[in-house]
Amino acid sequence: MWKKIYAWLDERLGFDDMYKMLLDRPEPHGNWWNTLGSASLFLFLLQGTTGIFLTVYYTPSPDHAYDSIQYIMNGVAYGWLVRGIHHWGASLMVLIVFIHMLRVFFSASYKYPRELTWMVGSLLFLLTLSMGFTGYLLPFNQRAYWATVVGTNIGGVVPGVGPMILKVLRGGTDVSALTLSRFFSAHIWMLPATLAALIGVHLYLIMRHGESAYPDADD
Amino acid sequence: MASNRISRRDFVKVTTAALGSIMTVALGIPFISYLIDPALKTESGEAWIPLGPLDSFPIGTPKAFSFTRSHINGWEKTVNSYGGFILRKSETKLIALSNRCTHLSCSVNWNEEANEYICPCHDAHFGPEGEVHDGPPPTPLDRFETKEEDGNLYILFPAVPAQEG
Repeated sequence: MWKKIYAWLDERLGFDDMYKMLLDRPEPHGNWWNTLGSASLFLFLLQGTTGIFLTVYYTPSPDHAYDSIQYIMNGVAYGWLVRGIHHWGASLMVLIVFIHMLRVFFSASYKYPRELTWMVGSLLFLLTLSMGFTGYLLPFNQRAYWATVVGTNIGGVVPGVGPMILKVLRGGTDVSALTLSRFFSAHIWMLPATLAALIGVHLYLIMRHGESAYPDADD
Repeated sequence: MASNRISRRDFVKVTTAALGSIMTVALGIPFISYLIDPALKTESGEAWIPLGPLDSFPIGTPKAFSFTRSHINGWEKTVNSYGGFILRKSETKLIALSNRCTHLSCSVNWNEEANEYICPCHDAHFGPEGEVHDGPPPTPLDRFETKEEDGNLYILFPAVPAQEG
């Protein structure tokens, strides 16, 4: 019965081909450092899932942001767990993505033909940092507020266009309700959408070129 | 397979499936609870409201009382005011009426000369015990349950306020 259903679906969707292409690829002899890319992907999915769940109760307005998070932490069943995973997962993701980048650098995996994978990966790292920066404001407590004041001020000292960058980041001259709502928008829509698209490109390139083998004495 | 030994490939498959299932369940249960949490909360708004010593209410004429109830929904707290009248018919018998007109929820006032509760909105008239004398209200004024303890009067604030119809 199940075999029949599977065969019917497989004939049309091609599970077996997909499995061969996506997961059953030949791998060079590697070690645990080679798992960091998968770990980054897993953390991205985990952050996405917990983030979506947090939006059920979180309210991105200065009047309610702090209170709604207090409610998630103290009033909702397992709210502390969902937010805890998102909070610690964020730090872990920055760390893991960075170590992944170091691994690629030290094993020289960025060289021909994988330069594009490296470039896209660099963008992914910057986007991960942006996710951290925008997410940090959302609790809208003192630390979040002042971190954003300082962080956006750094953008403001760029010669020439600094004041413009500052206003674009803040949605005005001050950190305000507009800052919170645009950081929220960036944090849950723009940055994750870009991240997901670039992760797709990154994975496609990895599948196309295969994983790099560690250089040996002859290289 | 002739050999009883599990192949490396199968071991990895089984381990991945097992760990994946454990993680799915370990995360799935809390996450579903998180989503359906508001439905799991039971909130009983029912409470006995103290109105002070019974002796402070005169026998024969209605005396107004008022109280507030706060309601917390998520992180939002709303405070509603309620009021009514105590009419002591004798030493032992009394009735507690809500002052919400049963027509459109305006507050009725006691009018001593007319010996009636009169609603300012649409000129509804209620008798001293809440019965409709004149005007548009469909039903008599709502009553609160009452009790007396150690000389103090209490009324029962209902679980589902009839006023919020």
